[in-house]
Amino acid sequence: MSLRRREFLKRLSIVAAGASAVGVRSRAFAAAPRVVVIGGGFGGATAAKYLRLWAPDVQVTLVERNREFISCPLSNRVLAGQAELIDLTRGYGALPGKYGVRMVYDEVVAIDPEKQRVELDGDDPLPYDRLIVSPGVDLLLDEIPGLRDAAARQRVLHAWKAGPQTIALKRQLEDMPDGGVYAITIPKIPYRCPPGPYERACQVAWYFKQYKPKSKVLILDANDKVQSKEALFTQVWSDWYAGIVEYRPNSTLLDVDAKTLTAKLEFEDVKAGVLNVIPPQRAAKIAADTGLITANNKWAGVDFLTYESVARKNIHVLGDAILAAPLMPKSGHMANQHGKVAAAAIAALLQGQAPNPSPVINNTCYSFVSDKQVIHVASVHRYDVEKKTMVVAQGASGLSAAPSELEGTYAESWSRNILADMLG
Amino acid sequence: MRQASIRGAGVCVLLSALILSVSTAFAEDLAARSLAANCTSCHGPNGNSLGAIPSIAGLDKATIVAALQAFKDGTRQATVMQQHAKGYTEQEFAVLADFFSGQKRQ
Repeated sequence: MSLRRREFLKRLSIVAAGASAVGVRSRAFAAAPRVVVIGGGFGGATAAKYLRLWAPDVQVTLVERNREFISCPLSNRVLAGQAELIDLTRGYGALPGKYGVRMVYDEVVAIDPEKQRVELDGDDPLPYDRLIVSPGVDLLLDEIPGLRDAAARQRVLHAWKAGPQTIALKRQLEDMPDGGVYAITIPKIPYRCPPGPYERACQVAWYFKQYKPKSKVLILDANDKVQSKEALFTQVWSDWYAGIVEYRPNSTLLDVDAKTLTAKLEFEDVKAGVLNVIPPQRAAKIAADTGLITANNKWAGVDFLTYESVARKNIHVLGDAILAAPLMPKSGHMANQHGKVAAAAIAALLQGQAPNPSPVINNTCYSFVSDKQVIHVASVHRYDVEKKTMVVAQGASGLSAAPSELEGTYAESWSRNILADMLG
Repeated sequence: MRQASIRGAGVCVLLSALILSVSTAFAEDLAARSLAANCTSCHGPNGNSLGAIPSIAGLDKATIVAALQAFKDGTRQATVMQQHAKGYTEQEFAVLADFFSGQKRQ
């Protein structure tokens, strides 16, 4: 405990004694405020932990459907046999054990913004003073007619949420005979993790180069160019994976034939040995059901000072589900940073104080382009009072000069640290 | 009676002053901690890192400020830090240095 903190608590207790002596009852000393957090990912788990650290008098309940968290970042390495999912998996035990967060492992059925409560599938409803919704994205598989049935979804995988699909995709790659084509389709931006598909292409290409050198990686991108770290990825594909990786921009997927593993594009059909479809995405359904979607029928608009929804009072939205400001990627690192701004703002608001008028957040995103070589993009984003949004600070963004093993060691360290920051 | 109400008013003034000073302390403390939380996504909880990224917990204040300034000026080589450091002000460097120098090295 810092001196400043001790001094603060001492002064607080003097005021508490004084306030009760004269019968003053301030909001801070009323019954403990209740905050419910939906979703224990990079945004929600971080917000829950930091809210308990910064506002110890607040009751925080985290609702999460899974017993363990599996990190998407670094999970592309599993495909190349360079990591195991277990290394990217963490339990939620420290949140109740060290920080006093109440964990509820359940499914949210509905949010009632009028009565301010969350209805659960199994447990009793949870009333809240403020609610944090960090639900991630839904993958819109139904938008691809050939992927509407369960059998087709077993053959054509997305593996865009780390877990069983990651392992299943790895098996498909192992089972594919040498000389085959792995095709990956990328939806129009915005989607979760902009550099992720290109990193995955590199991981599969690295694996092919070692073990199946006659095989190809075909990137079918609905966008007109590579959406992140473009110069670096393009360089790596031509320097290291020439004859393996082929990149095709403006290739929007319209449909698939799961039986023949055919991707149907506007002007051609492409047959693959392994077909990996990253579907279009939007904020998870609970956000839509609660009236939080305000942009393009897909994303939740928020006030960047507090991450409070622009549509619903006392409901804050974090992570991939929000309508981000320009150049704010949908990344785990960003969600972690949203969670901290929201936690600080809620801690202040529950004390009857104004939130920080000038929040700053940052992003660091590493991509593995081989077994050990890594590239990054980093940026700092500050609140612009006039524009009422986050803007990149002058000069504070950039890429690696070139891939390096040093950044590979940083990327592994980043993963361990951010997981400790949210769940440790 | 009159004297009692004057004394009551005095208590109220004193209380308001205390509440105001607690509010300011709370806001300052929270601002420092939430700014420092920018760094912990990479450098680990309270600046204690696992793995290759350097720990910054418990470093001395002047060392932290000098490093951040050198990253910002471009006089110290780095992979990501020269980009991050440009996003923060010198006053913020001081706040960050104050916070991380006060954290226990684990």
